[in-house]
Order: sequence, then C-alpha cells, then structure tokens
Amino acid sequence: MRIDCKHVWQHISAYIDGEVDAALRAEIDQHLETCEICSAVLDSTRNVVVLVADNRVFELPAGFGRRLHDRLEKELETAGP
Amino acid sequence: MRNAPNPEIEAEWIRRILAGERHLFHQLIRPCERAIYFLLYSLLRNEAEAEDVAQETAIKVYRHLHLFRGDSQFRTWVLSIARNEGLGRLRKKVNLREDSLDALTDAEAGDFTPAILTSWREIPAEALEQRELGELLRQAIDGLPEIYRNVVLLRDIEEMGVRETAAALGIAEGAVKVRLHRARALLQRALAARLKKFAPRGRKLFGCAR
Ligand SMILES: [Zn+2]
Repeated sequence: MRIDCKHVWQHISAYIDGEVDAALRAEIDQHLETCEICSAVLDSTRNVVVLVADNRVFELPAGFGRRLHDRLEKELETAGP
Repeated sequence: MRNAPNPEIEAEWIRRILAGERHLFHQLIRPCERAIYFLLYSLLRNEAEAEDVAQETAIKVYRHLHLFRGDSQFRTWVLSIARNEGLGRLRKKVNLREDSLDALTDAEAGDFTPAILTSWREIPAEALEQRELGELLRQAIDGLPEIYRNVVLLRDIEEMGVRETAAALGIAEGAVKVRLHRARALLQRALAARLKKFAPRGRKLFGCAR
C-alpha cells in the first residue's frame, strides 16, 4: 500500500525528530525515493529547522547577562531566599 | 540539549543557597537565562519588556527558591514562573482576560500545507554570517502565532525535550508535537522561496538539483 504526499507531510516533523515507528518510517522512506516533491519538502523543512536552531539567529541583547546579574546582586545583598 | 542542566548539582546548589551561600544563585540561574528571555520575548514581542520581566522572574525565583520541590526539573519550574510573569505583564498591558490570550487553540482551522518544491539545495550554516538571512529567520518566527512561536523557541531554539516544553508551557505533550509540526510547516512555507537565494551555487548536498 502506498501512502500519498499529504500523508507524508502530516508526519514530516515527527519523521525529522525520529519519532515515527519503524513501519511508517519505511513507508515514508519508500515514498521519498520516488517523490521529488516530498523529498524537497523534507529537505527544506529540515534545513529551516537547523538554521533556526543556530545560536546566531537568536542572540541575547548585548549586556543582558550583566544587567541581570547586577540586579540580582542587589537583591542577594538585601534579602535571603 | 543546550546548557543541559545537571539536577544533582542544581539540588546541591539550591541546598547551599538556602543555607546562606546566596552568591551561588548567580550560577544556578545562568543556564536558564536564554530560555527565560526567549520565552518572554515570544510572549511579549518586545526586547526591553522581555528583559525587564526576565529580571523580575529571576528575582521571583530567588525569593521562592524554598518552594522548589524537585519533582520537576529546575529549569521547567523557572520557565513556568517566567510564563506566569509574562502573562501577568501582558494582562496589565492590554487588559486581556486570560482565556483570550490563548484564544488560538489547537483545534483552530489552519492551512499547514508546506510550500511545494521540486528541489532543494541545502543552505549551509555559514550563510548565517549574512545579516539578511538571520533577519529573515527572526521575522518568520516573529510572524508565527504565539502558541506556535513559544513551542519553536523552546523545542528548536533552546533544544528542550517534549516533556520539559510541555511542563514549562502547561500544555499536553501531544499539543507540543502538534504545535511544533504546524510551526515548522508555517516556517517552511514562509521561508522556502525566500531562502533559495542563500543556497550556494553548483553545490548539491541533498535533494535533486535542477
Ligand atoms: Zn510525495
């Protein structure tokens, strides 16, 4: 039984995270071998996930840590937990 | 996991802080800082406010440290405090009732069909040296509805597990998976066409080149 493209898209995120069971994974892999659309959707989604996770995309504002710990220090000096 | 916390060391530090070694609180909270800030940024969408509430969260965590029971991870507990603080700030700001903040639910109809492509050239992480690419990625995440944005921030950016994300946001693990899936589909659709120009020419990593 062959699964269709929509079915593959539904499971793409779980597939990327390795959370689909072996049977479904095999079906998806088989579909990907012959479907260039799903292959490109998978590759682009995975690529977007990798890029988004890069530290350079989301950086803390400059001086964030210093300001936080300065304020904490004042609190720590005046009160116990 | 980024800054993977060690529960045993955390428990030891907490014990010592409560016994009077207050200065240890700096290093206890440090591994949670990024997640606190970005969770709040996801909620408030304003850098200055996210920073302000992040500081308030850290102080609240310090004052309530004796209440931490160790039945969840420390960071999870911290993030649920951050989320409450952030929601409190939002409510004050826009005078919203709590239920309207979560008005968009998982049942909400939406089109999560990915952008249809016939080929994809991988964009290498080196391309992030270009400011424009980072800006594009940040804008796409900023453009997501809040319930998807916070899941992406915790799962894909802070690389937290499904269970920890669910606990921090107070939602079911199934909802984390559904929201993450939808968020990634929305991001792929928002970005695929615009990212293509960052792909190196003549380099075929995977997918079929055209
Ligand atoms: Zn297909």
